[in-house]
Amino acid sequence: MSIWYMICNALPIEMLHWDFMKNALLALLLMAPLFGLMSTMIVTGRMSFFSDALGHSAFTGIAIGSIFGLAAPTWAAVLFSVAFALLFSYVRSKSNQAADTIIGVFSSSAVALGIFVATLGGGSFTKYNKYLIGDILSVTPAEIGMLALTLVAVVIFWILFSNRLSLTAIHPQLASSRGIPVGLSQTLFTAAIAVVVTLSISSVGLLILNSLLVLPAASARNIARNLRQYHGFSVLFALFAGIGGLTVSYYLGCSAGAAISLILAAIFAVTFCFRKARA
Amino acid sequence: MRFAPHGGSCGHSCCLRVENVSVRIGSDSILKDVNLHVHCGEMVALIGPNGAGKSTFLKTVLGEREYEGIIAFSEPGQRSKKPRIGYVPQSPNFDPSDPVSVADLFACCMSKRPAFLGLSKSMRETVLECLERVHGTDLIDKRVGTLSGGELQRVLLALALEPMPNILILDEPLSGVDVEGMETLMDMLDEIRKTYDLSILMTTHDFSMLPRYADQVVLIDHAVLIKGSPETVLNSEEFSRAFHMKGGRA
Repeated sequence: MSIWYMICNALPIEMLHWDFMKNALLALLLMAPLFGLMSTMIVTGRMSFFSDALGHSAFTGIAIGSIFGLAAPTWAAVLFSVAFALLFSYVRSKSNQAADTIIGVFSSSAVALGIFVATLGGGSFTKYNKYLIGDILSVTPAEIGMLALTLVAVVIFWILFSNRLSLTAIHPQLASSRGIPVGLSQTLFTAAIAVVVTLSISSVGLLILNSLLVLPAASARNIARNLRQYHGFSVLFALFAGIGGLTVSYYLGCSAGAAISLILAAIFAVTFCFRKARA
Repeated sequence: MRFAPHGGSCGHSCCLRVENVSVRIGSDSILKDVNLHVHCGEMVALIGPNGAGKSTFLKTVLGEREYEGIIAFSEPGQRSKKPRIGYVPQSPNFDPSDPVSVADLFACCMSKRPAFLGLSKSMRETVLECLERVHGTDLIDKRVGTLSGGELQRVLLALALEPMPNILILDEPLSGVDVEGMETLMDMLDEIRKTYDLSILMTTHDFSMLPRYADQVVLIDHAVLIKGSPETVLNSEEFSRAFHMKGGRA
């Protein structure tokens, strides 16, 4: 962290003279590639609302962790999210109902359970607000370390499994005929989303988290012609929106997460206008 | 999936033998006592009404269905082994908005290097060689979602031929392909099976191509109703009854 602080101090940028801004910028520089990469597969695999449902389940996990007095409710949330994701995958594979219906069932149940547990015995909901709106400015060096580890793990996972995951998302039957264990690939990716969503929720907030998991890739799809451009644009847009959103929030005094999401929405609008330019 | 430990009594040099194969899903009998030999270099067309069990049969040979009976592949001087199967799925619908090029599709299937890092020079050359087999080198940088029905079938065919399989299985390859595209595709399959002495097993609803290209036609409706040369099957009573026709369309 001290090296990062030295770099920030050397830069002639006013907002980086504050430690909380240095932390926030570093967290965003780690989170942007994380969300940029994950979002490519989420959008290709039509899992946009699923990641939203996972955010809700993470909140429920945090509420359950708090009520049982666990020292680190985040880990309870990670466990709950992964269990929720695996249960969802199982029910989806066994049910003949549409995936969005199953997502609706799980998402509303998770939120209801979360609010039920959080308010049990007349408890106040206020302490959970940070998980709803998120506060990147209060990110701690320990949380940044966790984000860095998560990014390294996701990059390794991507290098090893992205070809299989891509083929599974593009055409599951073709993937199966090439000997790819489709069910296992989907389950692994689902669990990976659950972990990333849960670890990011306190920084970004439940309400804005899903836009970060969908908009970078959705914008990239408008102009990308192949997987390389798709991943490249997605990560680039997430980085641009992350740095831009933090800067806007500093000078205008608004929520950083909301500013990041709005910049991503603007990028989507611009790329949408250029979508016909690709082959 | 079980494969017979020893070669059978088929006199041909190599052969996919399907003997007394039955498939049940719950209490429903989908296929009953199916017998079929597919020899090297032979093109066998599987025909039958909708719901006759054609796709189930292909999935059984692919190893995706439990079955009773024997499915074995033998080559000259070798014990029976699990055949390497090239598979072209039915009406593959790719999302037109997917930013996946033909080169990416090959890389995802064949390369250990992540496709999102781009193709290495040697991988790109390999993909071009594969596409050359189906006269489709110009398709390498096109997005798969924008390919026409015929172009997509050629790309999937090229993919199924790498690595070169023992048997090529195509599920309704002619559906969604225009008449000109059908001829191109069938000519290509004919050329490939002759060049590589490859067995081809395909399902189709288009009978007009069969007399020109197929060596053997098998009519099934949960069981084999009749098999033989295209002329024999298409002019048979069984064919007329199965498709409620007064005669074949051949």
